[in-house]
Amino acid sequence: MNDQNSKSHWRASLRLTGLLLVCWFILGYVAPILFREWLDANFPAVGTAPFGFWVAQQGSIIGFVVILVIYAICMNRTDKKHGYSEED
Amino acid sequence: MEIAQSTLNLIFIGATFAVYIVIAARSRAASTKEYYVAGGGVSPLANGMATAADWMSAATFISMAGAVAISGYDASRFLMGWTGGFVLLTMLMVPFLRKFNKATVPDFIGDRYYSRTARAVAVICAIFICMTYIMGQMRGVGVVFSQLFGISISSGVVSGAVIVFIYAGLGGMKGITYTQVAQYSVMAFSYTIPAVFIAMALTGNVVPQLGLISNYTADGTAVPFLAKLNAINTELGFAEYTSGKLSTINMFCITAALMCGTAGLPHVIVRFFTVKDVKAVRKSACWTLGFIAVIYLTAPTIGAFSRVNLIEKLHQTTYTEAPYWFKEFEQTGQMAWVDKNNDGRIQYFGPGVSEAGTFSVFQGKAPEYPLYDAPQEQRIGVHGQRLLANKADLSNPNELYFGNDIMVMANPYMAGLPPWVIALLMAGCIAAALSTAAGLLLVLSTSISHDLMKKIIKPDLTDREEVNFARLASFAALVVAAYFGVNPPSAFIAKTVAFAFGLAASSFFPTLLMGIFSSRVNRAGGIAGMICGIVFTSSYIVYFQFLGGTKEQLFFGITPEGIGFVGMLINFIVAFAVSNMTKPPPGYITEMVANIRTPSGVRKTPPTDFEI
Repeated sequence: MNDQNSKSHWRASLRLTGLLLVCWFILGYVAPILFREWLDANFPAVGTAPFGFWVAQQGSIIGFVVILVIYAICMNRTDKKHGYSEED
Repeated sequence: MEIAQSTLNLIFIGATFAVYIVIAARSRAASTKEYYVAGGGVSPLANGMATAADWMSAATFISMAGAVAISGYDASRFLMGWTGGFVLLTMLMVPFLRKFNKATVPDFIGDRYYSRTARAVAVICAIFICMTYIMGQMRGVGVVFSQLFGISISSGVVSGAVIVFIYAGLGGMKGITYTQVAQYSVMAFSYTIPAVFIAMALTGNVVPQLGLISNYTADGTAVPFLAKLNAINTELGFAEYTSGKLSTINMFCITAALMCGTAGLPHVIVRFFTVKDVKAVRKSACWTLGFIAVIYLTAPTIGAFSRVNLIEKLHQTTYTEAPYWFKEFEQTGQMAWVDKNNDGRIQYFGPGVSEAGTFSVFQGKAPEYPLYDAPQEQRIGVHGQRLLANKADLSNPNELYFGNDIMVMANPYMAGLPPWVIALLMAGCIAAALSTAAGLLLVLSTSISHDLMKKIIKPDLTDREEVNFARLASFAALVVAAYFGVNPPSAFIAKTVAFAFGLAASSFFPTLLMGIFSSRVNRAGGIAGMICGIVFTSSYIVYFQFLGGTKEQLFFGITPEGIGFVGMLINFIVAFAVSNMTKPPPGYITEMVANIRTPSGVRKTPPTDFEI
């Protein structure tokens, strides 16, 4: 593999990782910790649970799983585009 | 036909044990590669289950729901910290370390920072972290065994140690991977089934997670469940269930330290070395977090439901009319009642754990009982209750004591579930403790045989000698762990858990991260960063946990649980500063970093050695 190809592959994977880490930070810190009280008061309840509390105990965990699934799918696609994927 | 509970317990545990042993015997490891990483060809799904079982310890399994029940919103730090860490682990660590294609974490640190010192520091951290953990597991196995078979806790610990040695010490990674798959299944069923029943009873919902966000319907009315819980809490003098007592900055730091610590725990990282390539690592990480989420999403529902159930069943009930299970748990010392106002009724009042660190029912940390040969009036009270040797804590009206583990253990009794559910739960507890103990034991033994013996002390070991050393090391480690399981430095274990996460967050996590994402950080920077991070974190923890540091002295009010996050920042800053002042790493290191960033070729390349 040439140098140019591996550099653009690395840039693409950094972009994806960065984007997903922002989602992770919002799900794990911004919503359930930093702005929880404001969200509890101003956001619609999830079922009957206050929004911020629900994110802290349920939503964040579901979100983390979704982040990993997106990561796996997108990274495998990026690998394929750059010729790094291996068939089983 | 009525079968006694104890017989059922024995049948369930015996059956699960037979399964584990058969699996372990069929997948015995023969080479170092099989011993350390199960030959590197485990399927992503199987590895996901095994990692989930490895990750969830007996403490998580038994106590986490109780922690949520007692502290409500504040316990979210555990729920998020111990799942969010897997996002970091998957995106920043394991794909690259898998591509690197070595057996252990200190291997990477030693090679990437081209230094024997770095490897030695990493080995010591790995051994310390695993040792801390495994002591608690052995104790857990001992406690469950002693309850089940009526033997002493010491013999319980020893029999647990023998079982773990048989399949972890002999079977290696290959043996434990497939037993952990079976153990996860037992854990998941035994955790979720009681939750489903209790959710149906309280909210009419089959799915506990939906029950939590719907209405409480058990008494014919329909009020939002969490509002009901808040009302109960405030009426009894506790803080609102859905709002927290911890300061925002402390909550932030603890969550961050737990997440980064999780991403730096060696026994979790090595699990991903068992799948065949980088693509499989990513897939396996999705499965892992999915399986963990099954339990972590259920824990807060069990916590909330059983809190309501417990209070409704016990608060203001006269002792003589209290349900039978209360008396059973009283006998085992997991619950206790001190009739402070002599009215014969059980009363439960807030605000929970007192400032003095007692449970505010009695003086002292744990219930103590008069000896068996004490006069009867010292052992049994006027209502027939079991009396404590501790003096009552008369500063507050709370009369009911229960441990964190009661929310899971008593749940099936409270919900009136059939005895086989309770037997399944017992099997689940043992599976949780055994799977974690086995995983830790493996990392301990490889750290000693591979990183210490082969790479530092005696490089001319043959493959076969190395495996034998690993078995010997796991035996020695188990003896030490069993010793501390029998004679627990009990206050010490609880405090050292903060230590394990703090150490992982301030040493492994940043050092691995910089090793992968920067090709400029060099030997001097890596070692200086690691040492500063560890020294800062451990001295802070030691000062506040063991040398009596006061609350006013806390750095921005951050408790020792969360200080690993600050230690991690220090590690980053020092490493970058020192690296920029010294000369860049040699060319072959830059090449190595470029190589691990390219995901293909794991299967084709034989492991290369960057010997120093």
